[in-house]
Amino acid sequence: MDESKNKRYWNEYQKEIADDKFFYERSCIRQTFFPGSEAAFLKIMREELGKDIRDEANQHTCTGIGYHSDIVPLETTMTVVARLFSLMTDAGYENYVPSCVTSFGIFTEMVEMWKEHPEMLEKTRKYLKEATGRDFEAPKNIAHPSDIIYKYRFELKEKMKYQLVNRFTGKPLRVVEHIGCHYAKIFPEKGIGKAEFPYVLAGMIEAWGGEVVDYPERRHCCGFGFRHYLLQENRGYSVANTKKKFESMEPFEPDFIVTNCPGCSMFMDKWQYTIAEMENKTYDKDGYGIPVLTYEEMAGMLLGYDPWKLGMQLHQVQVENLLDKIGIPYKPNEKYRGANGEILPSPEKPMNLKV
Amino acid sequence: MRKFGFSISQTRSIDLDQIDFSCLDELREAVPTFMVCINCGACTATCSAQQFSDFNIRKIKTMLMQGQYEGLAKQLDKCMLCGKCTLVCPREVNLRNSIVNMRRILTKKNK
Repeated sequence: MDESKNKRYWNEYQKEIADDKFFYERSCIRQTFFPGSEAAFLKIMREELGKDIRDEANQHTCTGIGYHSDIVPLETTMTVVARLFSLMTDAGYENYVPSCVTSFGIFTEMVEMWKEHPEMLEKTRKYLKEATGRDFEAPKNIAHPSDIIYKYRFELKEKMKYQLVNRFTGKPLRVVEHIGCHYAKIFPEKGIGKAEFPYVLAGMIEAWGGEVVDYPERRHCCGFGFRHYLLQENRGYSVANTKKKFESMEPFEPDFIVTNCPGCSMFMDKWQYTIAEMENKTYDKDGYGIPVLTYEEMAGMLLGYDPWKLGMQLHQVQVENLLDKIGIPYKPNEKYRGANGEILPSPEKPMNLKV
Repeated sequence: MRKFGFSISQTRSIDLDQIDFSCLDELREAVPTFMVCINCGACTATCSAQQFSDFNIRKIKTMLMQGQYEGLAKQLDKCMLCGKCTLVCPREVNLRNSIVNMRRILTKKNK
């Protein structure tokens, strides 16, 4: 196949991403477990890329977890989504950027549903007006933050102080990329590379000097699965999925995992602790586990941001070994300094997983 | 070990690289026609035993091909060896002979 044909086909796998004036919506999970990632994204957008992005104080859940657990009905989700869009409309923005992959899926789903069923849109407008007295317009463009970082990956590369290269061997770091199911598996055309060749994270890794690990279970679910982990008795199914992925990637000896979904980041990180404590098994050679980063943390650390300000110490699998490999300096004594300047107590150490 | 209130579920996926195919190899040697089966299910449809039990020749064949031997011997005991399956088979697989040989091979394996 000649190159022009390849290029033409690949163009069909791209999506439209707005250039400026974004309305940001935070994620429930990410605000709790990796708050530094959202702060880093806003910093990158404003200070590195000079974009206008609004961080609205009055936002709320998109109902994603409740919706996918069959607790919140569709009409409620639509009305809640409409209220979020009304905040964007009031602020004078048209490009919506939800931090969470599940929110991204929810918003895309609702907007597509309104296109197919205009009567549902009218019903939602009525419900929102009755409940809150507000009006809204659907966004012109919905992009996930990882789409935007991907779009500007080469501009960011020019500002980066470090590359995804092992400074001891000079070889590219081997990176496992994991894309949230709701990013491109619900509406394939809304993801870069669609569901067949998801390239949003792989594009960042390759642009920033790393090597993407292609392992058999690369597209397998992380095990989050919403209702599968909500009940304690069912969590064995959830962790079994994650275990399957780790077993599949282990022979390729990845240096770290990067994800664009809050659930994936959380479960691929925390289940490593669970598996280590239950079965005394870790998936790296030295017993520390494989660090799991968000794409903002990956971008932030390469831009030279302080790893502790990025919140990388909040992960279960600790990142010092990775920082050493890249050559990023950090202050061990500052690791648990709180926002008020006080040093916080160190967390309890796991029994089997080394930290 | 810490108690988490749940255990890690075992995978049900079949790893063909890890399977012991010795039973299948032995059966193939004893009944060469077994390998020309097209999984049409005519044998199961006509089977007298399946009318009164959960005996399913087609399923047994699949289990054997995937190396799943657990519970197979018990299933094979349900066959009455009437031979109707052999009569209806469009590929002329000697099914009656296959069942007899499967019983023999599994009995030897489970000893």
